[in-house]
Amino acid sequence: MTCNEAEILLHALLDGELDAGNAYQVETHVENCPRCAPQLRAYRELQQAMPIAQLHFTAPMSLRRRIEQALPAAAPPRASSRRSVLKGFVMGTALSTAMAASLVVAVFRTDQDQRVLGDVVSAHVRSLQGDHLTDVRTSDQHTVKPWFNGKVDIAPPVVDLTVQGFTLLGGRLDYIDGQAVASIVYRRRTHVINLFVTQGPPSETREARLQTLQGFNIQRWAARSLEFFAISDLNAEELREFVDKFEAELHPAAHT
Amino acid sequence: MLDQSQRQGLTLPWKAGDNMMAGNGSDAYQDKGRRFRDAAMPHLDDVYTLARYLLHDAADADDAVQECYLRALRYFDTFRGTEIKPWLFAILRNVCRGEFARRSRTTLAMDDTTDDAEAAAPLWQEEQASPEAEILHQRDAETIRRLVAELPQPFRETIVLREINDLSYREIADVVGIPVGTVMSRLARARSLLRKAWVSEEKT
Repeated sequence: MTCNEAEILLHALLDGELDAGNAYQVETHVENCPRCAPQLRAYRELQQAMPIAQLHFTAPMSLRRRIEQALPAAAPPRASSRRSVLKGFVMGTALSTAMAASLVVAVFRTDQDQRVLGDVVSAHVRSLQGDHLTDVRTSDQHTVKPWFNGKVDIAPPVVDLTVQGFTLLGGRLDYIDGQAVASIVYRRRTHVINLFVTQGPPSETREARLQTLQGFNIQRWAARSLEFFAISDLNAEELREFVDKFEAELHPAAHT
Repeated sequence: MLDQSQRQGLTLPWKAGDNMMAGNGSDAYQDKGRRFRDAAMPHLDDVYTLARYLLHDAADADDAVQECYLRALRYFDTFRGTEIKPWLFAILRNVCRGEFARRSRTTLAMDDTTDDAEAAAPLWQEEQASPEAEILHQRDAETIRRLVAELPQPFRETIVLREINDLSYREIADVVGIPVGTVMSRLARARSLLRKAWVSEEKT
């Protein structure tokens, strides 16, 4: 092997692209070559010095949303129902106007709900990418809970469900619907559960309801002026179990 | 940067796509959308990262990535491979070379004219400043980003695909449309240039 060849091939060696035979040849040449040996060292050093994780960019939320909205699941039926609402206005009678107005509220509310759920899914997926599942990483609920102090406007309840089969991994700050929300992260086997907690409707309790979006199961409920979204790729039954265990742990009396 | 009319021009094809979608609410189409979303959306940050290194302007990168995803959706039926990431990269690259090389003043060097420079001086004819004498000090990520961004296009693209997006030589060859041998020589040159820039950065 000549130096000219080795000069190129030592990069393939560094990148693990050579089979055993070729790797051996390059290594043998480089070891015994006063010109190539320092080069291999130099490029190995360069490769190790590159702060790869920090050279990545994160797509802005606005771009993610733009693309999400352009994908087909932006369900066509909603668009047509809004159109019929407008027709209602044109009809002009007081009754139809009033009816249409209530429909508008319903339609916009559905839009709002869909957007929030879309945000929940995006936040969940984002948390699984890269190395940013938790900001505070501990299985101690008494560490996670105070960590949220001053970071969000609420005091999210944090319970340890390890005994019940849901391991507490930690907490994270996230954004949903333009608001900073608390995320408490659990794990069931290999499945990550993000439990998002936001300000909810005051003194309204809503039973947990299952929704499925982009293949993820989402349980959504409201209690104690807080709103909860538990999202995971875990099956629906076990995610329901998570919700029950979580609520039972917070209010042992109510569930015995 | 694109001016406003150019930006609007860019968005028009997507609007047309929306209308097409509205007229096609079939289950199969929704299913395609769901499969595409599951396969492609997890790579958004990777595609965006490549766009940021290919195009220097952040707003251009946004537009290019969106166009890339909409084209990818349109041609998703023709995707036969197992790895969708290189496929998305190849589409992004075409978007950047086509639309943006024409429209954007900042990216005129997107074509392969720099290949001449590549051919002009073979790597082994360059004087090698004995590299072991130069010690690389840790630099902050911002500096490294800039050094990478300043590399000439074919080398920048190759080293970003290899080091930052973690593609194999074969995958890079497919994305860029060049032989594996060329990938290797470009990568060797890219690292040589980057190392030199890194070292001289420290001297200043």
